Amino acid sequence: MSKVLSAQEVVAQIEDGMTIGIGGWGPRRKPMALIRELLRSDVKDLTVVAYGGADVGMLCAAGKVKKVVFAFVSLDFIPLEPFFRKARQSGSIETMEIDEGMMLLGLRAASWGVPYIPTQIGLGTDVIKVNPDLKVIDSPYDNKEWVAMPALKLDVSLLHVDRADKRGVCQIKGPDMYMDEWFARAADKTFVTAEEIVETDFFAQGDEARYVFWERSMTTGVTHIPGGAHPTSCSPAYGFDVPHFKEYNGFAKEGGFEGYMDKYVTGKTEAEYQQAVGGLDAIQATPLPVY
Amino acid sequence: MSTPAKDYTLAELMITAGAEAFRNEGEVLATGIGMLPRLAASLAMKTFNQDLMMTDSEAYLLSEPNPVTGRKSHEGQKSETWMGFSRIFDNVWSGKRHAMVGPTQIDRFGQSNISALGGTYEQPKVMMLGVRGFPGNSISHPNSFFVPSHSTKTFVAGECDMVASIGYNPERLPKGYELDDVKIGLVITDLCVMDFNGTNHGLRLLSLHPGITTEQVVENTGFEVEVPADVPTTAAPTEEQLEIIRQLDPKEGRAYQIKGNPAGDRS
Repeated sequence: MSKVLSAQEVVAQIEDGMTIGIGGWGPRRKPMALIRELLRSDVKDLTVVAYGGADVGMLCAAGKVKKVVFAFVSLDFIPLEPFFRKARQSGSIETMEIDEGMMLLGLRAASWGVPYIPTQIGLGTDVIKVNPDLKVIDSPYDNKEWVAMPALKLDVSLLHVDRADKRGVCQIKGPDMYMDEWFARAADKTFVTAEEIVETDFFAQGDEARYVFWERSMTTGVTHIPGGAHPTSCSPAYGFDVPHFKEYNGFAKEGGFEGYMDKYVTGKTEAEYQQAVGGLDAIQATPLPVY
Repeated sequence: MSTPAKDYTLAELMITAGAEAFRNEGEVLATGIGMLPRLAASLAMKTFNQDLMMTDSEAYLLSEPNPVTGRKSHEGQKSETWMGFSRIFDNVWSGKRHAMVGPTQIDRFGQSNISALGGTYEQPKVMMLGVRGFPGNSISHPNSFFVPSHSTKTFVAGECDMVASIGYNPERLPKGYELDDVKIGLVITDLCVMDFNGTNHGLRLLSLHPGITTEQVVENTGFEVEVPADVPTTAAPTEEQLEIIRQLDPKEGRAYQIKGNPAGDRS
C-alpha cells in the first residue's frame, strides 16, 4: 500500500465549502507547503479550524475563508496575526470563537463519534453569547448547567510531521504533538506532509514507535516535503523564521498580502519558494526558540 | 534574615508583590504569562512555596524554574515530566493551577478581555488575540491579574467589550454556581496591589506602592475601588529576594518591562 501523493494531488481533494482542520500551534509545525498550495488553488468558502497562526492569516487574506473556528490566531513573538486582524476588522469572515480547551473537546467529540462533550468552559463569558449555536444544557446527574461543546467534524485535516512511511505511519519527534492526533482522528481525510519518508522498519528501532500518536488508518495521504513547515518551526529539526515573519508582518502595513504572494507564492513551485527564502539548508539551520 | 532593600526598581517591586499571589496556593502549577509574572511565580517557587510546579513554557514540567533570560538551549533544565499543551488542559480542569495573566481590559466584576476591542462583535475595531484559554482557566482555577500600566483604559467603566473570563457578575452566574466559586487572586499594577474581596466582590485596595497616593489609584480606575481607612505601603523586596531575582534574570530583561524602568520608591 502506498499513500504517497503530491501536494497538488492533496489540494485537488479539497473542495469549496469544506471544513478543514490545520495542525500545529501558532507559529509551530504548520503544514505551510500545503497552505501555499491552497493559496495557489481556486478553492474558496472554507471553514478553518485551527490553533491559528500565519496559516489562518494567509488563507483569510487570500479570500479562501468563509468562517474561522478559533481560540486565538497569533504569531507568538508577534502577538497579533496581521492579516487575520484585518479580516476580522473588516467584518469579512464569520467566526466561532471558543476557548483553546473547547476546541480540543470538539475535536475529541468528532473523533469519538459523540455529538458533544459537556464542559464548564465558557459559562459566565461572552463565548456562550457570541456563539448562538453553542447550547447550554442541564445535566441528568447534577443541578448545574453545562456547555455542550459540539463535535468539530472535519472534512479534511492538514498536518506536518517529522517522519512518515508510505503507508501513513507518522512520527512527531518534537517535544509536543499539540492537538495533531485529534485533528487526524476528527477528519474524514487526513493529509500529512513529512520532513522525511522512511522505511517501515525505521519505527521498529529503539523507541521510535513511541513517537507515533495515531494509527496509519487515520492517515489518507503522505507528501514528502522537507522544510515544508517553513516559516513555522518543526522542532527539533528547525525553529521558526523570525525575519521572515517580520517581513510578512510588514506586508500588512505596506505592499499588502498581494505583495507577499508575488514575492513568495504566486507562480512559484515549493522548490522555488524554498530558494526565495534562502534554500532548504537555511530553513533547516533556523535556530530553535528558547523560552 | 530578611533585609528590606533600599534600591530596587518598580519591576522588582511588582515581582515580589506578585509572588505573594502564589504563597498559600500549595502544590499547583504556577503560570506567569509574560516576563514579570513568570519571575513572580518563579520567585515564589524558589522561596516560600517550594511545592509549586512550573513548565518550561514548552512541553515539560520543571522541578526548578528556568531563568527567564540568558539561556541558549533547553540543555540541562530540570525536567520532571512531559507536559505538552494537551496535558495542560488536564491540569487546568483539575483546578490545580494558579495563573497570573495580563488582560487588556478588566471590569468591576473582575471579568477580563484579551479578545477584541470596540466596534461590534462581527466587526471589532481592534482584533486582539481571541479568548485563548481564559474561559476555561477562569472557571477552573484561581487567576491573578498583572497590569503594567494602571489606567481607565484597562480598568474600564462598563463591562469588558468581550468578556473572556468569568468574574463576579451575578447576571452571568451560571446555574448551580455561587459567586464564591470564582477565584480571583491578587491584582498587581504599577501603582498598587488590589483584590476582588471587597463588598460584594468589588475591587479593593490592599497596598500602595511607595510614593503613590490613593487618589492616583482612584483616578486611574474606571469604577469604584474600595479604599480601607488605613492603606499600607507595599512591602519592599528584601535583599535576599533581589538576589534570587538576579539569578532568575541574569540579563536583566526585567528592566525593559515597565516603561522607563522607574525606581520602586517614587516618593
